[in-house]
Amino acid sequence: MLDSERTSLAQSELLRFITAGSVDDGKSTLIGRLLHDSKSIFEDQLTSITHTTRKRGSEGVDLSLLTDGLQAEREQGITIDVAYRYFATPRRKFIIADTPGHEQYTRNMVTGASTANLAIILIDARKGVLTQSRRHAYLASLVGIPHLVVAINKMDLVEFSQSIFERICDEFAAFAQKLDLRNVTYIPMSALNGDMVVERGDRLDWYQGVTLMNLLETLSIEDDINRDDFRFPVQWVCRPHTPELHDFRGYMGRIESGSIKVGDYIKVLPSGLSSRIKEIWVYEGALAEAFAPQSVTLTIEDQLDISRGDMLAKAEETLRVTKNFDAMLCWLSEQPLDLGRKYLIKQSTRMAKVIIDQIGYRVDVNTLVHEDVSVLKMNDIARVTLKVQLNLVCDDYARNRATGCFIIIDENTNNTVAAGMIMPT
Amino acid sequence: MNHPIFTHLDALESEAIHIMREVAAECGNPVLLFSGGKDSIVLLRLAEKAFRPGRFPFPLMHIDTEHNFPEVIAFRDRRVNELGERLIVRSMEDSIRKGRVVLRSETQSRNAFQSVTLLDAIAEFSFDACIGGARRDEEKARAKERIFSFRDEFGQWDPKNQRPELWDIYNTRTHPGENIRVFPISNWTELDVWEYIARERLEVPEIYFAHNREVIRRATGLLPVSHLVQPQAGEKIEQLMVRFRTVGDMSCTCPVESHAANVDAIIAETAMTRITERGATRMDDQTSEASMELRKKEGYF
Repeated sequence: MLDSERTSLAQSELLRFITAGSVDDGKSTLIGRLLHDSKSIFEDQLTSITHTTRKRGSEGVDLSLLTDGLQAEREQGITIDVAYRYFATPRRKFIIADTPGHEQYTRNMVTGASTANLAIILIDARKGVLTQSRRHAYLASLVGIPHLVVAINKMDLVEFSQSIFERICDEFAAFAQKLDLRNVTYIPMSALNGDMVVERGDRLDWYQGVTLMNLLETLSIEDDINRDDFRFPVQWVCRPHTPELHDFRGYMGRIESGSIKVGDYIKVLPSGLSSRIKEIWVYEGALAEAFAPQSVTLTIEDQLDISRGDMLAKAEETLRVTKNFDAMLCWLSEQPLDLGRKYLIKQSTRMAKVIIDQIGYRVDVNTLVHEDVSVLKMNDIARVTLKVQLNLVCDDYARNRATGCFIIIDENTNNTVAAGMIMPT
Repeated sequence: MNHPIFTHLDALESEAIHIMREVAAECGNPVLLFSGGKDSIVLLRLAEKAFRPGRFPFPLMHIDTEHNFPEVIAFRDRRVNELGERLIVRSMEDSIRKGRVVLRSETQSRNAFQSVTLLDAIAEFSFDACIGGARRDEEKARAKERIFSFRDEFGQWDPKNQRPELWDIYNTRTHPGENIRVFPISNWTELDVWEYIARERLEVPEIYFAHNREVIRRATGLLPVSHLVQPQAGEKIEQLMVRFRTVGDMSCTCPVESHAANVDAIIAETAMTRITERGATRMDDQTSEASMELRKKEGYF
C-alpha cells in the first residue's frame, strides 16, 4: 500500500453492516466476494478452505467455508449465531455481522442488526420477493437500521433481465411502504461472477446505479447518530483524591447522541437537578466541545449528587422520565416469557427490576398481522407494557437508537432473555 | 452541524473505553491481563484513557509461562513502573511444582497450559472479570465470541450457549465462581492495532522490529533458536532479518522475515501481508483446524 493510501485509511470511517439471506440466496458467496475482491482473504485461509473443500469431496474453493467458524458447526454443517468479519478498503473500514438463516433467524438478525448502519437483503432473482425477504425487511425496520440495500442476486440465471429486476423492485417497494424504510437502494448483481459487487462487469449495462462496494464506501453515515439531543449516561465517577486533585469529581461516560460545550446548561435525570458544564476532559487534554460518540469526562459547576445510572441532558430539553412504558420486545430465550414475574432491565447505564405486565400483540414477522397471545417464545416479537421499579429516562427508539434500547435479564440464570425498543406514548 | 471527522480508530477507541468503564462499574473484582505484547499494550493505553486522572480500578496480571522472551519481560516491568499500577505475576512454574501442570518435556510449548495457571489465579483472587486483548480477526473461533464472554465454574466457554449481545448494552452478571472474559478490542484488526500504536506513539518490545536472529526452518515456519529450541538432525541454524508479529511462548512463536524496522514500516507490511497473524506465527494453532476452539473450551484466554 502506498503511503498516501495509508494516510487516508487512518482517517477513514467505520461502517457496520449485516447481510440477511440464506445460503441459497448466495449470502456466503457475496461475503466471500467482498472479502476476496477487496483482497481481505489471506493465503493461509484460502489454503485451509481449499483443503476442506477437497476433504468434503468437492472441487475448487467453497467461499462459504470462510464464514463457517466452529468445529461444532463444521461437524453438523450448520452455522450458529453471529460471526463478525472485518475488511478495509482505502476509503473505509467495515465490520460485517454475518448471521445464519435458519429457524433462529429472528434472534440472530436482531442481534447482528442492533449495531448496524446498513443491511443488505439478498433476493434470488429467480424467486423474487419471498416471505423471508419480507421478514428481513420488517426486522431491519424494527431495529431501525438507517440504510437498506436490496441486492437482487443471481442475475446471471435470469439472463441479466432488466424487466425481472424492475418487477422485483416494485414488489419490494410496495411492501417497504408499509414499514418505516426510508433509505432503500436496489442493486442487480451476480455475486458468483462478481457483477456489480466490486466491479461493474459488462452484462448489466442498463443499470446506471452504484455498485455495492461503491455504495458501502461513499454512503453518508454521519446522521445515523442522533445529532440533536445531548444524552450522557454516567458510567463511572472519577474521584482521584490525590493532593493536587483533591476536589476533582469527573463524570465519565460516552456521549450517546448530540453534543455539548463548556458553559452549557444541563440537567441531571431522573433527579431533575441542574448545573453548567465546567470542563470537558479527554486523556489528551481539555476540549471546548464534544460530540457523540466520544467517550469523555465532564465536570460541572455545582456539587451535586450524581452517580452511575444518571443521565445528563441539556437544560432546555423535555424528557420522558417514567416507570411505565410500552416497547417492542424481541424474545431471545428458550425459556418463554413469564408474565408478571420479576426480571432485570438494563437501559443505558441503569439496571432495575422490571415486570412485563401485558402483551399488547405479537407481530407475525412474515405477514405483519397482529395476533393476540398470552405467552412469548423465542424469536417472538411483540408490543408489551413494562413496569419498572425505578424511573428510567425514556427516549423513543425511533428518535434515538442509543438511549431507546434495553435488554431484559433473567435474575436466576443471568441470561439475556429479551431485547427491547421503547415506543412513543 | 459541524463536528470533527470521527475516524475508525476514534470509533474503536471510544467503544473500548466504554467497555472498560462498564467492567469497572459493574464487575465486583476485575483484572486486566497484561503480557507485554502489542494488544495488551494497547489495552493499557485504553485504560489510561478510560480512567485517568484516577487510578485503574483493577490490578494488572501476567500469566508467565517462563518461556517468554527476556526483552518482553523487561518491557513489561518498565511499563508497569511508568504507570504506577499494581502487577500480579502468576507463574506456570508454580503450577508445575504443585503438580497442576505435567509437561512431557522441558522444551514443550506451554501455551495451552497457561489455562491452568490462569484459572488457579482467578480462583486465588476471586476475579469475576478478566480484561484481555483478544481480537475477532485473529482466528475463526474468536470471530463468534462475544465482547463479554461468559465462562462457567470450570472456566469453560460454550460456543453454542452464548448470551446474545445487543447494541452496546452488556450483561455483566455472574454467579459466584463464574467469570467473564472481556475483550475491549474485539473489533480491532492487526492493522488497527499498529495504526493505533503509531497514532499514540506507544512503545513496544524490540522484538516486534526487524533484527538479526538465529533461526531454524521447521514445518511451515521459522523458529527462534534459544535454550528451548535447538536444531534437530538435518536442521541448520540460519542468520536472518526477522521480526515477531506476536510474542508468546519462545518454543512455538515464529518470527517472519522482515526488514520493517519501525512502526510505519510494520503498518505498510501489515497492510500488504497475505497471511493471517496466527497462521504465520503460532505453530500451536496449526495442529488441527479447531485448535483455538478446543483450547478456549478448556479455559484459555
